[in-house]
Amino acid sequence: MKLQRKNRLRAIAAGALAVSGALVLTACGSDDNSKESNGGGDSTKAAGPIKCEGKGDLLASGSSAQQNAMDLWVKNYSDECDGTKVNYKATGSGAGIQEFLQGKTAFAGSDSALKPEEVAASKKICKGGQGINLPMVGGPIAVGFNVSGVDKLTLDAETLSKIFDSKIKKWDDEAIKKLNPDANLPDLKIQAFHRSDDSGTTDNFTKYLKAASPAAWPHEPGKAWEGEGGQSADGSSGVSAQVKQVNGAISYFELSYAASSSLKTVALDTGADAPVEATVDNASKAIAEAKVVGEGKDLALKLAYDTKAPGAYPITLVTYEIACDKGNKADTAEATKSFLAYTASEGGQTSLKELGYAPLPAAIATKVRDTVSTLS
Amino acid sequence: MDIKPTSPTSPPPQDQPPLAVDKAGSTGTAARPGDRIFLAFSRGSGIALLVVMAAIAIFLTVRATRALTKNEGSFLTTFEWAANGAHPNFGIAVLLYGTVVSAVIAMVIAVPVAIGIALFISHYAPRPLASTIGYLIDLLAAVPSIVYGLWGALFLVPHLEGLYKWFDDYLGWTGIFEYNDGTPRSLFTIGILLAIMILPTVTSVSREVFLQVPKMHEEAALALGATRWEVIRMSVLPFGRSGIISASMLGLGRALGETMAVATVLSTSFDIQPSLLDSGGGTIAQNIASGFKEATDVEGSVGRDALIASGLVLFVLTLIVNGAARMIIARRKEYSGANA
Repeated sequence: MKLQRKNRLRAIAAGALAVSGALVLTACGSDDNSKESNGGGDSTKAAGPIKCEGKGDLLASGSSAQQNAMDLWVKNYSDECDGTKVNYKATGSGAGIQEFLQGKTAFAGSDSALKPEEVAASKKICKGGQGINLPMVGGPIAVGFNVSGVDKLTLDAETLSKIFDSKIKKWDDEAIKKLNPDANLPDLKIQAFHRSDDSGTTDNFTKYLKAASPAAWPHEPGKAWEGEGGQSADGSSGVSAQVKQVNGAISYFELSYAASSSLKTVALDTGADAPVEATVDNASKAIAEAKVVGEGKDLALKLAYDTKAPGAYPITLVTYEIACDKGNKADTAEATKSFLAYTASEGGQTSLKELGYAPLPAAIATKVRDTVSTLS
Repeated sequence: MDIKPTSPTSPPPQDQPPLAVDKAGSTGTAARPGDRIFLAFSRGSGIALLVVMAAIAIFLTVRATRALTKNEGSFLTTFEWAANGAHPNFGIAVLLYGTVVSAVIAMVIAVPVAIGIALFISHYAPRPLASTIGYLIDLLAAVPSIVYGLWGALFLVPHLEGLYKWFDDYLGWTGIFEYNDGTPRSLFTIGILLAIMILPTVTSVSREVFLQVPKMHEEAALALGATRWEVIRMSVLPFGRSGIISASMLGLGRALGETMAVATVLSTSFDIQPSLLDSGGGTIAQNIASGFKEATDVEGSVGRDALIASGLVLFVLTLIVNGAARMIIARRKEYSGANA
């Protein structure tokens, strides 16, 4: 008798362990700075007309870069629509696409467009159709720095490439001085931080370096960091915390992280007549230069990283929602359509501004709205 | 000179595993339902354990094979981890080095300290103090590893720079203690952090073993005129040796597999730094945590399988460590009190 009771106790203990293990795991997954998203709610109440069509639970997962945007949209949408519950889990783009391709979710959020083999796989899920990319959340990737005595810093793509590739090692390097004749640059070692985890932010940042200064950035762009040397930290919160902590540090992260840790950001010399600051409006201008390269209803974008348009901040990230053009799951198709119609609406887009995201420019937003209205 | 046991000595080596249950069940006396239920339950548990182990091993092997056959580099010598693309090229060398080195540093720091604490609790401290310290040590084991990670990144790292500069000044000539300014988020920092994390494991197991040293041994030594230190050296440590070894191996197992604390603190790179103090490198578990979220897992791509292959290496490494510990303990079976 006694023995059995002991075993039961052990089983309970094991169960408790498993639960706490799961909690730790979930804690690892989130990479949000939710402080930002909480404030947004009320002022954006007038988020535009939300049409509640369809009912049911919408499950979605994917990119953590759009988590704050999703949180706000989900909150606004469910305030209006009682019948629909939207649940977006920021599992990372890779996991999001995978869950979508397994038919577990209604749509996926992703930092990059579907690859050809993923489109092929999506045909199994989308009866009579395929998965398409809908650009939905855009945002600038800021280059934050912490150099005592320096408040303003202008860099160009070539200098940035060399800094992040450990070719430029000191803050008072000639190349930096030339771009910042007025700044009081110290004789201090540059500590360039990159992400230690694979990330869409790294992907977009290195795509920019490669596109805007191919000679100075010899590495292939990708989610994993390829550059020489430098230091790394885990997640956007990790690298921004390091920049805050270390004198001489520089790194890249979504603009909201710069705002939440009050870090100074680099203005880019793109070749336009004046250096461009990392702001949401400037990012929208750069996204407007993007070309739609997707075929048919697919709206995958090719961002113009080397744009010289005045006031356009070229290091931008556009994340997509991925859904079926035809053959969305019958029980959630209507609700998916209605929710995405809201997120693409003018109200839905402009409400993102205060979270550090850039609203889609009118031309692209219109295309997204038109496509969403044809989903079935 | 006869030694009078002051208290009834505790039966020396702890209970031999009681005779196998099924024997007890079939000794002729009618088995009651309780016996049968318990027999079925314990046998089932034993089988379940084997099934789970087999399931893990098979899963790891199958997925790892898939990745290894597609790998275009050498799994043992490639200093790169690019497994997501169409041309996967990845190798375990850097991760294996980082895993082993950080765990060894942790052991070198933690084991002597842990033995010291355990001896203090079991032989030196007055009882109230001993139980307080014992409680605090156990508390240390209850702190989740992510909390250690945050503490390491936000408190430990900024405070290590001075120590590393001192190392560089006096030991820099060795090459392995050279420190080029950077943030001190290196394998050595990880080693220090892991040492703190495994301290409670090693301490509490060692303490239990030291408490089991037969009083007669100690009193015999005292009677021969030994000082307290000599008692410890002559009777406690030899008796507890295998216990210390198994305690250390338990700690090593935790250090090898630690994930979140390492991922939070270490500044990673895919190369082996000659100096332990310069940031860089990585560990197997940390690399899995960092890469898993964005790893590809569609047909024709082996991003996840490659990470699982590295998991297999860690699995085998832990098996070897545990096996070695078992062998050492088995060789000294007479002190099976350690075999807790």
